[in-house]
Amino acid sequence: MAYYQNIFTQVQPTGPASHGVPLGKGNSPRTGDEPLIIHLLGRIGHAQIGPIYLGGLGIASLICGLLAFWIIGFNMLASVNWDPIQFVRQLFWLALEPPSPSYGLSLPPLNDGGWWLMAGFFLTASMLLWWVRMYTRARALGLGTHVAWAFAAAIWLYLVLGFIRPVLMGSWGEAVPFGIFPHLDWTAAFSLRYGNLFYNPFHALSIAFLYGSALLFAMHGATILAVTRFGGEREIEQIVDRGTASERAALFWRWTMGFNATMESIHRWAWWFAVLCPLTGGIGILLTGTVVDNWYLWAVKHGVAPMYPAVFPAVVDPATLIQGVK
Amino acid sequence: MMRSNSGFFRIVSLATAALAAGTLLTGCERPPIDSVQHGFRGTGMVQVYNPRILVPETYKNVVPDPLPAVPSDGPKAKDAYKNVQVLGDLSVAEFTRLMVAISQWVAPNEQCSYCHAPGEDFSSDSMYTKVVARRMIQMTQAINSRWTSHVAQTGVTCYTCHRGNHNPAEVWYRAPQHPQATRGLGNDAGQNKAAANVGLASLPYDALREYLSTNPQEIRNNGATALPTGNRASIKQAEFTYSLMMHMSDGLGVNCTYCHNTQNFAQWEGGPPQRVTAWHGIRMARDINVTYIEPLTPVFPAARLGPTGDVAKVNCATCHQGAYKPLYGVSMLRDYPQLGRVTGATGATGRAAAPPPGVLGRVLFDTGRSELSAAARAEIEKAAKAAMADASVKIALSGFTDRTGNPQANLELARNRAVAVRDALTAAGVPVARIDMRKPEFVIGGADANSRRVDLVAAR
Repeated sequence: MAYYQNIFTQVQPTGPASHGVPLGKGNSPRTGDEPLIIHLLGRIGHAQIGPIYLGGLGIASLICGLLAFWIIGFNMLASVNWDPIQFVRQLFWLALEPPSPSYGLSLPPLNDGGWWLMAGFFLTASMLLWWVRMYTRARALGLGTHVAWAFAAAIWLYLVLGFIRPVLMGSWGEAVPFGIFPHLDWTAAFSLRYGNLFYNPFHALSIAFLYGSALLFAMHGATILAVTRFGGEREIEQIVDRGTASERAALFWRWTMGFNATMESIHRWAWWFAVLCPLTGGIGILLTGTVVDNWYLWAVKHGVAPMYPAVFPAVVDPATLIQGVK
Repeated sequence: MMRSNSGFFRIVSLATAALAAGTLLTGCERPPIDSVQHGFRGTGMVQVYNPRILVPETYKNVVPDPLPAVPSDGPKAKDAYKNVQVLGDLSVAEFTRLMVAISQWVAPNEQCSYCHAPGEDFSSDSMYTKVVARRMIQMTQAINSRWTSHVAQTGVTCYTCHRGNHNPAEVWYRAPQHPQATRGLGNDAGQNKAAANVGLASLPYDALREYLSTNPQEIRNNGATALPTGNRASIKQAEFTYSLMMHMSDGLGVNCTYCHNTQNFAQWEGGPPQRVTAWHGIRMARDINVTYIEPLTPVFPAARLGPTGDVAKVNCATCHQGAYKPLYGVSMLRDYPQLGRVTGATGATGRAAAPPPGVLGRVLFDTGRSELSAAARAEIEKAAKAAMADASVKIALSGFTDRTGNPQANLELARNRAVAVRDALTAAGVPVARIDMRKPEFVIGGADANSRRVDLVAAR
């Protein structure tokens, strides 16, 4: 009997390694002859490593991704005057900044945003190539392409932030810097500049789907672990052949919240919540600055922002009162 | 076997989680933290205080005992002493009392000899410290009489900033250009290091130069309408404003909510009235730097100047030093009212008549145009004359536009304006070699007429 209440996998069935399906014409051979079995990895996932399929798309994607990684990394290293200790110490603060807004959409000098543009190009190329690879690999295995389309939703948000919106605004300077804290400061400045993103309904939807995804993930994971003792981990079979695990899980949710998903529909719920998070978020970002300039005033106009009772004495903008002082 | 194994892994995972949580918490201040409601309930309008930080702060903000009062009648200082350019209308007793007080506030160890060279007459201006001190007295008087919108009746004295130090503890210099900015890669774009003046964020670390000195940039960047109607302020501009606000928050020891209803930072209605005082404070700091501090640059020895050769300038923290009101609002001016009124001939205007050093002229344009008006040509002639008077001076030209119109076209427009001014300068006899075309960090400014300009600045 397995102990599913532990965070590590307790039982690792081993047998002849799976080499995967036969590959058709136009596929490159897989990398590695005999898969590697690593027991410790089996504690958290699958112990089998390989066979790996890289292919032309994978290699092109890796090259583009590494180029972007190096451009960003070497710019960060140079920005601390090539001091490796400072590089590690300040890593979270360092960034590769987009061009100054005064360049508009023109090509800036390399050290004035040109490197940023180049890193962005290679990172985008890398992700798009990786997307095609995901799609073709799924087809090669005879799978549906759900993973590729979920990944596409994330790419959409990335493209809106770094390409589509800056182009519509007419300035690369609108885009996000490559850096840990700098991109967070950018996010705060973005919200401040456009009158509080809190009032952007697509931002609200995106957050609902983000938190909703986490909630659904927790509910589903907990449900399956809880009914494993009745064979509930055989989810796919139970889609069409409900056993006592499925019935008990469904009854549990009907008892506690009156409604339940099924062994199939729960995955549909989770997939859509996850996909809609970057999809709606991207729409919210895209509308900001292009269609709406001040989300707070937009919310006031449409009766969304609540009016609170006056607490402070009346305050008037001094710039409207004083002539000659600025 | 399986049981003991699972116990082992459980301990390992618990230990890892505890270690991770402990590491994450090292960056935090320990509880309890006091929070004081400030606005309407449930809106997050609270001030957050850490009592363990606040208690030592109170000791730093204790005012020194005032010197005993002296009669204000009797002979005047200007008649009794030579070369008294300010405070001459004070009685000798008042004058002496104030001199003693200032020496204790600014140079408690050196006393008189910090400004008066030993062995020389007291009237001698041979020490730069005396020249600076005289200007600072005028500045203090001007603050107390002209900037009551910020300092109210509480006022300021030398002690507000100096606190027993020769130089106020909190000052700012322009940051030197990043060493990699002129090389092949690694330009930090003036941000992205854990700078103390922006609360260790990765925000622009040299933002004060954009707001508290000559040629200030527009602080506001929010549009006044829900939909876009020509507000072209960029997110980078918002980051610069954010830096200024981080400095104010840090310098005053307050949260954003001290001045802003964070529902919408730009909105004045329904926000705390402190923001109005702060608004005047920004203008006051700017005026102090432009009118009083920066013109003193040549007076200071090189050792007292910053990395780019600029003088130590004031910001909000210079007076506030982490307190919402300097010295928690105790008025020292009440005991030294001589610092509250403008006295002496040269102090009469309170402001320098000449424009700030470096600025040779400003040429304004009509919306969307780069043609020079008659007034513009006169301004350029004047600047050309001023520049030709000193052979070592170059004229740096920077063109700007307002927010209306296409940003791409505005960049071109700003350049055309600068070119028009350059051509007029060469026509007026200024050699091309002495004209330096400089592209500013922010070309596109606010919606006002001042944004449609070319600035002529003296450079070397």
